[in-house]
Amino acid sequence: MALRKKGFLTKEELLASKCYPSEKRMSEGPVAVIECNEEIPCNPCEVACKFQAISIGNPITNAPILDENLCTGCGLCIARCPGLAIFVIDKTYSEKEGLISFPYEYLPLPLTGSIVESVNREGKVVSSGKVIKVLNSKSLDRTPVVTIAVPKDKLDEVRGIKRLERNDSK
Amino acid sequence: MRVNDHIILGKDKRDEIVEIKVDGETIQAKKDEMIIAALMANGIKINRYTVKNNRPRGIFCGIGQCTDCVMVVNGKPNVRTCVTPVEEGMVIETQHGVERSKK
Amino acid sequence: MYEKEVVVIGGGPSGLSAAVEAAKRGAKVLLVDENLRAGGQLFKQIHKFFGSSAHKAGVRGIDIAVDLLEQARVHGVEIWLNSVAVGLFKDKKVAIKRTFEDKLEKLEIIQAKKIVIATGASENAVRFRGWTLPGVMGAGAAQTMINVNRVLPGERILMIGSGNVGLIVSYQLLQAGAEVIAVIEAAPQIGGYGVHAAKIRRAGVPIYTSHTILEAKGEKYVEEAVICEVDNKWQPISGTEKVLKVDTITIAAGLKPLTELAMMHDCQCSFIPQLGGWVPLHDKNMESTSPGIYLVGDVAGVEEANTALEEGRLAGTSITETLNYISTEEAERLKKEIWQRLNELRMGPFGEGRMLAKSNILEECKASNC
Repeated sequence: MALRKKGFLTKEELLASKCYPSEKRMSEGPVAVIECNEEIPCNPCEVACKFQAISIGNPITNAPILDENLCTGCGLCIARCPGLAIFVIDKTYSEKEGLISFPYEYLPLPLTGSIVESVNREGKVVSSGKVIKVLNSKSLDRTPVVTIAVPKDKLDEVRGIKRLERNDSK
Repeated sequence: MRVNDHIILGKDKRDEIVEIKVDGETIQAKKDEMIIAALMANGIKINRYTVKNNRPRGIFCGIGQCTDCVMVVNGKPNVRTCVTPVEEGMVIETQHGVERSKK
Repeated sequence: MYEKEVVVIGGGPSGLSAAVEAAKRGAKVLLVDENLRAGGQLFKQIHKFFGSSAHKAGVRGIDIAVDLLEQARVHGVEIWLNSVAVGLFKDKKVAIKRTFEDKLEKLEIIQAKKIVIATGASENAVRFRGWTLPGVMGAGAAQTMINVNRVLPGERILMIGSGNVGLIVSYQLLQAGAEVIAVIEAAPQIGGYGVHAAKIRRAGVPIYTSHTILEAKGEKYVEEAVICEVDNKWQPISGTEKVLKVDTITIAAGLKPLTELAMMHDCQCSFIPQLGGWVPLHDKNMESTSPGIYLVGDVAGVEEANTALEEGRLAGTSITETLNYISTEEAERLKKEIWQRLNELRMGPFGEGRMLAKSNILEECKASNC
């Protein structure tokens, strides 16, 4: 598996897991994508979902399974996943663009409305993007969630942004 | 370089400064921080030189187990700088071998 | 010489957990820690823990530490900080170099009824030419510098080791503002969780499997690292050398239990590579082959914070049972629940090596009449 050698999942591996929503579901509105397919004892995502769309059950090493029909794409699970492996994609944002929301635990946080560089799972810049929303409320326990708009055809690739320059002084 | 702000740790609110002397030079440190932190924040990476071959050593384990970071503090040698807090007016010297001061 | 009912040596997650569990059922507990603050490695773990959400999963290690310290306070655990256990003698006598608030040092000898050894583990070194240069340090040291001392150990880091520690500390170095130039791993595959690797790959950090470090170069401190590919016999392949401009090389090559005190008290040990090296044997109550001496956390086999917390609870519960603070029935019920959680934490491909190793420890301990 590419994950073990390269450190990221390929599209084929993701499609084979039970957490990549169908194209049909993605065309209906925002939906979660859970990029976690290893047997690790972990289940905060199951508990996080208000709509019970994520199942892990017993034992907790089961990989999560997403019920795309129960998922509303609300994004509550994004900040709750300790592995930072959950994203929300919205392919219905506009004709040419889609949205991706991802966990972003770095400073500085991007500013809403700013233009950023979107990156893929290898950290390579894929396109430019516009920051639509930055959430950093107390309930997220310091895992901010950033939403950017990128060209729709890049949505299956983009999983974050290139980190911004820091201005820390001594 | 200090980490003044951090997404999880927040802003560094420690603002009390003390002054310490390192090899004769006065540097500023945050009150109660470990000596090694003050040194590192001021770009000082070498704590001591070895007995036989005079080779430089710096922090290795960071938790008081390995003794790579020891220096002469207020005249006392072999003080582990990674687990010893700074104090106002502390005099710190690069240790040479296991003796008190530079040859 | 003092007499104390329960002495816990080491105030990390396992020790604190054992102390709290025993104290809340009525035992008089003294916890001793060599640092200026208890909490062990927990105060460096700024990330959210995995595990069961019924048991603190999703909570950051630093917050678990604060909570444990509060519980220790509430349940009246006596704590001596800045105090080192320098010897453990037959029968259950512990010598502690105690440092008081006014810097006065005193050697105290304590006769305990029960002792919990929770001394944790220390990082392994990987030796290569130039490894003694300032700038080469354990990954744990880098983690202490950034998360506790809030200072960067350097700006351009090479991480050796792709287990969970290597991957997590790399991520935390990025968060602190350093650049992680690469993670190298001698094995042909990444050691830690895929999700940890994915986080740093997304941040642009390359992970080179089947690579090792040949040399750290620099006049007085690290200025460059020479890495190369290795073949399936772990031997460097000539011609594949690459020079990386780094000022810090962090080593995440595993940990080994700090067993000195256990060995002083003649606790039988076994060499178990999956758990870090020499590991003192224990039974299902976490009691060693030396009656009244309990072992919990990394000293009983290097695992993680979650298992340390559970093993601490297990020992605390067992101790209060033998001291008659709770009935055998109640103890059996509680211990059964804890073992269920421990087994759950050791399931899956990442845990099964440890699961097997731990069950071998129980077997060996039984065989030597624990």
